[in-house]
Amino acid sequence: MAEAKHNSDDYLRMYRQMVRIRAFEDQANQLYLSAKMPGLTHMYSGQEAVAVGICEALTPQDHITSTHRGHGHCVAKGADFKAMFCELLGKEEGYCRGKGGSMHIADQSNGNLGANAIVGGSMGIATGAALSHKMLGDGQVTVCFFGDGATAQGLWYEVMNMAALWGLPVIYACENNGYSEYTKTEEIAAGSMTARAEAFGIEAHSIDGQDVLAVNKLSAELVARCRKGEGPFFIELKTYRYHGHHVGDINRDYYRSKDEEAEWKTTRDPITGFGKWLQSEGIVSADDLVAINDAVKQDAEAAVQYALDAAYPDGSEVDMHVYAGTRHALSA
Amino acid sequence: MRQITLGKAVNEAIAEEMRRDDRVFLMGEDVAEAGTPFKITAGLVEEFGTGRVIDTPISEPGFVGMGVGAAMTGTRPIVDLMFGDFLFLVMDQLCNQAAKTHYMSGGKLTVPMVLRTNLGATRRSAAQHSQSLHALVAHIPGLKVALPSSAYEAKGLLKTAIRDDNPVVIFEDKLMYNDKAEVPEEEYLIPFGEAAVLRKGRDITLVGTSSMVQVCLKAADLLEKQGISAEVIDPRTIVPLDEATIVESAKKTSRAIVVDEGHQSYGVSAEIAARIAEKAFYHLDAPVLRFGAMDVPVPFSPALEDLTVPTPEKVAEAAAKICRGELVHAA
Repeated sequence: MAEAKHNSDDYLRMYRQMVRIRAFEDQANQLYLSAKMPGLTHMYSGQEAVAVGICEALTPQDHITSTHRGHGHCVAKGADFKAMFCELLGKEEGYCRGKGGSMHIADQSNGNLGANAIVGGSMGIATGAALSHKMLGDGQVTVCFFGDGATAQGLWYEVMNMAALWGLPVIYACENNGYSEYTKTEEIAAGSMTARAEAFGIEAHSIDGQDVLAVNKLSAELVARCRKGEGPFFIELKTYRYHGHHVGDINRDYYRSKDEEAEWKTTRDPITGFGKWLQSEGIVSADDLVAINDAVKQDAEAAVQYALDAAYPDGSEVDMHVYAGTRHALSA
Repeated sequence: MRQITLGKAVNEAIAEEMRRDDRVFLMGEDVAEAGTPFKITAGLVEEFGTGRVIDTPISEPGFVGMGVGAAMTGTRPIVDLMFGDFLFLVMDQLCNQAAKTHYMSGGKLTVPMVLRTNLGATRRSAAQHSQSLHALVAHIPGLKVALPSSAYEAKGLLKTAIRDDNPVVIFEDKLMYNDKAEVPEEEYLIPFGEAAVLRKGRDITLVGTSSMVQVCLKAADLLEKQGISAEVIDPRTIVPLDEATIVESAKKTSRAIVVDEGHQSYGVSAEIAARIAEKAFYHLDAPVLRFGAMDVPVPFSPALEDLTVPTPEKVAEAAAKICRGELVHAA
């Protein structure tokens, strides 16, 4: 593992944040399987080192844009379990008052500009946020999370061009989990991901997205350089999606083998790997890790129960928040 | 009072708002030194610099999307879309992103962005540079839509749009950029959702939007010569729509025609006519009529293009018929 931060507290926070993401997703999956969650959701499990490694390099004010597979980014950027589960269940206390759900979940107060259900849909928003911050001169950095599937969207090439022309403080973080929905990425993507960014003169990196320290080290460097006006940057993070495209995508042998899934889970799991490293460095004991895991699981279970018991929004909210400054759009 | 062109009025509105609020900036294709193909933004880059008057590549989805993100994070972009026809290129950014962000975030994020664009046929520009597509965006909750009908409205509505905390799409009639109207030297704003009654009348209500306001006023002149008194209403914004003023007028006159340059089918004229029919039905003496652009792609040849848009003569003829109690759609 590459070293980045040198403080045990930082390491433990990164470990705990990855465990929190996994625990959140395990609970969300159970909510779906037990038919307690409206709609469906896209699991982030397996990709935790990406969200945590990057978000730990950001301040709460720095912005991110997220994706349909966005719970991990939301947790990593500082969100609270209760408001997240409330959002997943369409409850009033959700981050979006139940109006967004899983695919639009975001803790806006921590710089999350929203999960986006249009693949690649946030690339303009992230680049525009970077333009804003450059104009305002506040030194903030924006990270645009997207998957390998989104690299097929033309929007990305338009905004990368402008980001490069204008030197915007944005980092394009491509989580290459190998699958574009139900299709192997190698079947939909020609050439290399990094070459695409390099074509615009953007410095591009490709790294192991299962190694949280490597992700954090590179992110911290690039964020610092963005703040100095050296952006934009591109990172391809090679990672793996443990579940199907969404929670209902269970029988997926036709595009991905169980052996492949088992290999990633047993040999390249980001949480297990980092846990082992923490022990080998003498930072924690096996018991310490179990205690963290148990405490997080309890937190998640309590938050789920809280959300299950929480109130739905009143029907009068249906036409609220259509327009800023207009309390009810349909009775104004 | 001084008279200035619609183009100059737009330029003044942008300049005044950029002087007032340094978070306001302008971006789009050829908005800086070129001042747009219509020369509307000429001079702004000299005053505000290339940091706030930004020429973009020809990447409409890209720079509209960036406008959305910039608006969400503390600045107030005016995004210039060179032709209204290019709306089709930016629909995801405008309708899936800008329009829904405030709602989907439970009211926590806002998108104070203005998309300036245009509408209007008869410029001999053929089917991809002549459309009036405001109905497309008016259909999407979360967007506001302004349709200035003169230099006065263009300035007052644009200033209001720039100060609004929501995404606003403002359509200027590209054939009116050189038309002059009285515009005060001193600052003024035109509130959204307040129609203007441009001419009082008692026999029929003509509701016209944007380019069609002049058509309605000319039709009213023609009708006056026949002893028919037409009331002319300009909604000025179609989202929000000042329904009350329109419905009350229709109740008073008992007849109404709605004229709008979008395609007639499934359009703005249909929406306003339906609201009049729903809310003034028992006061009406005739069916509410619609006039829109003909339901064909806009043709190039002047001989064909001129057939596709409503004219004062056609509107006046139909108005006179229904005022006489004749059936317009009997044939």
